[in-house]
Amino acid sequence: MSPETHAVAHEPSHHHHPAALAHHFEDLGQQSEAATLGMWVFLVTEVLFFGGLFLAYTIYRGWYPDAFAVSSHELDIVLGTTNTIVLITSSLTMAMAVHSAQLGHRRKLMMFLSLTMLLGLAFLGIKGVEYYHKFVEHHIPGPTFQFEEKYVREAQIFFSLYFVMTGLHALHMIIGLGIMIWMFIWSWNGTITREYSNPIEVSGLYWHFVDIVWIFLFPLLYLVGRHLHS
Amino acid sequence: MPSRTALLPPRHYLNDGYGIKSWLLTRDHKRIALLYLAGVTFFFFVGGAFAVLIRLELATPAGDLVSDETYNKLFTMHGVMMVFFFLIPAIPAVLGNFLIPIMIGAKDLAFPKLNLASWYIYMIGAAFTLWAVVQGGLDTGWTFYTPFSTIASTTNVIPAALGIFVTGFSSILTGLNFIVTIHRMRAPGLTWFRLPLFIWSHYATALIMVLGTPVLAITIVLVAADRLFRFGIFDPAVGGDPVLFQHLFWFYSHPAVYIMVLPAMGVVSELVAAFCRKQVFGYTFVAFASLGIAILGFLVWGHHMFVAGQSVYAAMIFSILSFLVAIPSAVKVFNWTATMYKGSISWDTPMLYAIGFIGLFTIGGLTGLFLASVGLDVHVTDTYFIVAHFHYIMVGGTIMGYLGGLHYWWPKISGRLYNERLARISAVIIFLGFNLTFFPQFVLGYLGMPRRYHAYPPEFQVLNVLSSAGASILGVGYLIPMLYLMWSLRYGKVAGSNPWGAVGLEWNTTSPPPTQNFLETPIVTWDAYQYPTTVEGHVA
Repeated sequence: MSPETHAVAHEPSHHHHPAALAHHFEDLGQQSEAATLGMWVFLVTEVLFFGGLFLAYTIYRGWYPDAFAVSSHELDIVLGTTNTIVLITSSLTMAMAVHSAQLGHRRKLMMFLSLTMLLGLAFLGIKGVEYYHKFVEHHIPGPTFQFEEKYVREAQIFFSLYFVMTGLHALHMIIGLGIMIWMFIWSWNGTITREYSNPIEVSGLYWHFVDIVWIFLFPLLYLVGRHLHS
Repeated sequence: MPSRTALLPPRHYLNDGYGIKSWLLTRDHKRIALLYLAGVTFFFFVGGAFAVLIRLELATPAGDLVSDETYNKLFTMHGVMMVFFFLIPAIPAVLGNFLIPIMIGAKDLAFPKLNLASWYIYMIGAAFTLWAVVQGGLDTGWTFYTPFSTIASTTNVIPAALGIFVTGFSSILTGLNFIVTIHRMRAPGLTWFRLPLFIWSHYATALIMVLGTPVLAITIVLVAADRLFRFGIFDPAVGGDPVLFQHLFWFYSHPAVYIMVLPAMGVVSELVAAFCRKQVFGYTFVAFASLGIAILGFLVWGHHMFVAGQSVYAAMIFSILSFLVAIPSAVKVFNWTATMYKGSISWDTPMLYAIGFIGLFTIGGLTGLFLASVGLDVHVTDTYFIVAHFHYIMVGGTIMGYLGGLHYWWPKISGRLYNERLARISAVIIFLGFNLTFFPQFVLGYLGMPRRYHAYPPEFQVLNVLSSAGASILGVGYLIPMLYLMWSLRYGKVAGSNPWGAVGLEWNTTSPPPTQNFLETPIVTWDAYQYPTTVEGHVA
């Protein structure tokens, strides 16, 4: 009565079984597709995660355009622009790393991963300098917040959003650096091969996503409305 | 067909390795499902203990058992424990985890290590929240409304919120794992429209988990920034907006209701087909109704804020959209009843739960329409009408579905049969106890009794005593299955691979299944629920 008689033998044992293939997948192709789809789904969750912040930014910017323009003017545009360039360059080196992995060029792969990490560290260093300036200027929101009297309340909202948005972005950068160290080790010890370059591709997706978040943060926080109060 | 001389299979996932390490480091989705079963059962009884205290307090009009402050903590911790640590993970993380790979003919979920990590993340989050409870609890309500939660409350908001934040990632990763598994791991020939409806509803659930939960996470981050560092994003004193919190919170927490009830609907589809021995009527409609509920569920959050100073136009839009959710929900109810029509119905325990679900979910859903209409909602906002409504959905819906599924697949999970007579009795006790507990609350709410107070005017006492009496019956009803299910683990009759005579890939492997689920990868050439149309002898 049940259709179990239709089940047909499908033994995986006669397949070529690469070392990187996990037991529950049929082949490396299926495994790579699963990992790539998994990362894309994860990035969708990240869009929603940052989405809450972009929503809050949009609402408060609409309510307090002047305070936001004045506050935006307080940010260091030179450092912000430098960081944007640093980060876009790191996306280039990441893309080169993926390319090298797919071609199986191990030394180039390790070099580009190292460059990506260096640029990521440079970004975080510059961000740290900016944070330090804000700390000195008493622009950290909370009881010690100081700003020109007219905008002191709403400017605190701007800086709250600035610190939460850039802070969470920086946290994602730090996690990204951790992933890069992991990928560097895997490249060094030969886990990554031309047949099994998928971990580098998936890590690259994450790295590019974190860059794209910054591509939105930079104009919203540093640029929009700034010329109104120069 | 159950055989009187059936033996357990020599090798299965339960005897594939012994000892604590073989469980705590397992990557087998079936064992991880059992780890979750232990977790959610524990938190169900923790949350239940708070409910006992609430109903004891409300047995008399005077606030005499606990202080008002303690009472605030009791309903808060009842809600937090039940919502985040029981209702949301219960069906997906236990039954979904166990069944999804088997139902689609896969060896495991796509990411087994991530699956184990999800359980640990869940337990770590639960530990933070339990710590908040042990430290004296919190009193914000499970909704954490600002600015009370960020400025006013002096209780343990941060550890509790941290626990919910952490547990959210468990939910996200489970949803991610399900989506990838359903896309990439189906057995050869198992096309989308051959999938069991359990899979469709879990796919829809996973979408909500993945799209909604991150918004809750960022909301908790902002609450923590406000509370710890006085950032002021939700603080009106610096121009922040407390209602923005409500928007962000309900953007997750309304869809979260569908995280709870959609998997139960998936269970009910399986049960109705198996115990009416029929193909589910309107399979495609039921499948798409799951996706419809998931999508519409994201567009109705404003109906929680009809009295929160929302514009009339926004309220009208949210009201209309909320009414629309009734369409896919009704599609499901009508199709289940149409499946039962002229079916060969057997009254085994899982079917009793399924029928209970259909009735109670219908009441919960119809009262939801009352609440979707703005005028009526203003009248019953923050009364016991709301409390009764969402308990009909969450307890009458989700827990009925969960228990029905647990009974239906218990022989598959454990390899043994529970005591059917005791199980039927307790299903009836639960149904009666549930209605006695919560139906009077509809009346109380309509008469104007507000929620979240530990004292009330004497004229409400009769209905409250009924409700408290029902709660004690309900509590007994929940304890009995605990006992006979545990008893069956050792003493139950051996079930055999297909005790219900049901179709579906999970019944084509041994009970309990082998670690790799199938000895040979199945090839599927048939649609779901291919029951013979003629009535066959069915052993109950």
